[in-house]
Amino acid sequence: MNILAAVGVDNPPLDWHALAPELVLVGLLAVLLLVDAFGGERSRWAMPSLTGIGLLAALIPVATLAYDGVVRSMFDGAYVVDNYALLFKALFLIAGYVVVLLSTNYIAEGDYWEGEYYQLLVASLLGMTVMASARDLISVFLALELLSIPAYMLAAWRKRDLGSEEAGMKYYLMGVFASAILLYGMSLLYGMTGSTLLVDIAGAIEGTEVPALVALAVVLVVVGFAFKVSAVPFHTWAPDTYQGAPTPVTAFLAVGSKAAGFVALMTVVLIAFPTQPRIFEPLIWALAAVTMIVGNLIALRQTNLVRMLAYSGVAQAGYILAPLAVAGVSGASAAMAVEAVSTYLVIYAAMNLGAFAVVIAVARKTGSAEIDSYGGLFSYSPVLAVCMSVFLFSLAGIPPLAGWYGKLTIFLALIEPGTLAGYILAVIVGLASVIALFYYARVAKVMFVDPAPDGDTTPIRVPMSLAAALTITVAVTLVVGVLPQVLARVTGAETFLSIGG
Amino acid sequence: MLLNQFLLLAAVLFCIGVYGVLTRRNGVMVLMSIELILNAVNINLIAFGTYLSDATGQAFALFIIAVAAAEVGVGLAIVLMLFRNRRSIDIDAVDQLKG
Repeated sequence: MNILAAVGVDNPPLDWHALAPELVLVGLLAVLLLVDAFGGERSRWAMPSLTGIGLLAALIPVATLAYDGVVRSMFDGAYVVDNYALLFKALFLIAGYVVVLLSTNYIAEGDYWEGEYYQLLVASLLGMTVMASARDLISVFLALELLSIPAYMLAAWRKRDLGSEEAGMKYYLMGVFASAILLYGMSLLYGMTGSTLLVDIAGAIEGTEVPALVALAVVLVVVGFAFKVSAVPFHTWAPDTYQGAPTPVTAFLAVGSKAAGFVALMTVVLIAFPTQPRIFEPLIWALAAVTMIVGNLIALRQTNLVRMLAYSGVAQAGYILAPLAVAGVSGASAAMAVEAVSTYLVIYAAMNLGAFAVVIAVARKTGSAEIDSYGGLFSYSPVLAVCMSVFLFSLAGIPPLAGWYGKLTIFLALIEPGTLAGYILAVIVGLASVIALFYYARVAKVMFVDPAPDGDTTPIRVPMSLAAALTITVAVTLVVGVLPQVLARVTGAETFLSIGG
Repeated sequence: MLLNQFLLLAAVLFCIGVYGVLTRRNGVMVLMSIELILNAVNINLIAFGTYLSDATGQAFALFIIAVAAAEVGVGLAIVLMLFRNRRSIDIDAVDQLKG
């Protein structure tokens, strides 16, 4: 007889189909571990291919679940698989696949451990896919730690390199401090509402009279996530970590980790706190405004491209935060905010991964990420220069590249509620985009106009995997820009994320 | 049950922890301060769980204990790496990336 049944505990019913993407990732992790442990030196070359195939295999159940179209809910609603979760699972898996493509040559050519690198990458991706489905404080916390702890180790990957060491240490300290603050907020939230389910929390804190402790808890939770998404003033780790970490890891952190942070923030704020806009709206409003302005202004004076992309990433985090600042006005504005944030995250992933792919390709020749070293790129590697310009102008929001559509959805979401706060934020988004154009265009000018710094104009040989990564990211950036309805069909649907509960 | 005392204890631990993280320069002391915050959270959760007669709080605390062990494991590895590279665990000395 089952011992759990004897003490009166029933096994919760498991929906294996809904868990299939995560199970494939767990299986992949086990396979990688075994191949690394018993395959010996000769199996090393197989690690990236195995990882890539495994990540694509995990996409199959995501596709069948999307085709099925049923909202699956497990553990009293703590783990939900709906279109919102599926979109982000697909985003994380594809972004992970692109990161594997970026890493293949970079990691194989360094003298550091390959097997562990891919295991940690898959473990972190597993945390992200869980995060997309988490609808409970405990599962949000577990997903956050599962995606963060391997990421700390990845950032410190080149452990004898002082830059990588510094990157790992700063990321670790800030990340752990942030999750500790987040947890303190969660513990208060649990105590004041008696539940860890986001839906139940929303029910318990309804009404105008809420205890001050609830307000404190909401603030601590939002601040904890603000660290994760590198919003100003909690962004100080981001530039150092991005610059010091191995570049494929930087791409992974800038896209995967940040998107997962936003997914968590959006889920918690819109499902648990929609009845308390007075508490979270001003806070997110201020964070968004300061993040956009400060991120863009500091990016202006960067001379290192990775560092510039880090500050541009901070500024982009501000754009993504902005719709959440007006999400509490009405149900319609919340739906618009979800659409804007989801759309922008998908587009942001494509253009940012692409930009880092070019950085990795160029660094193979020049060994540097200084903006000056990009001089004359167009004359000796025109394809790379054009790709980089596509990504940079997309980040700046120039039509017909995907970035403009992302900005458009954000503008629409900000204007929809018709409040003064929304209009002011929309103006700040506009101004910040104009500032941003300067530093993106400066890189383009160096690539197209300036001569090569050392007169060396041998073309850059781009390995197959990097070329594949560039093709995927350029394709997404162009297709979403020209045919935005492809993405809007998914994110704009009314059943996308059921809010309010 | 006297819930307030537990919450006060947790709040004091939380504040000591935050103060420690912000002011200590020794890597191991910073890790200890983070542990203090996490334990403040555990006290909160268990006190609330007992007060509400709800097992969720205790389950949450168990998860935090397990995750905190993993986190500190990685943290100590990073501090060890720092020591091997520089013969010091002063985290303020790690500042070559700027801008």
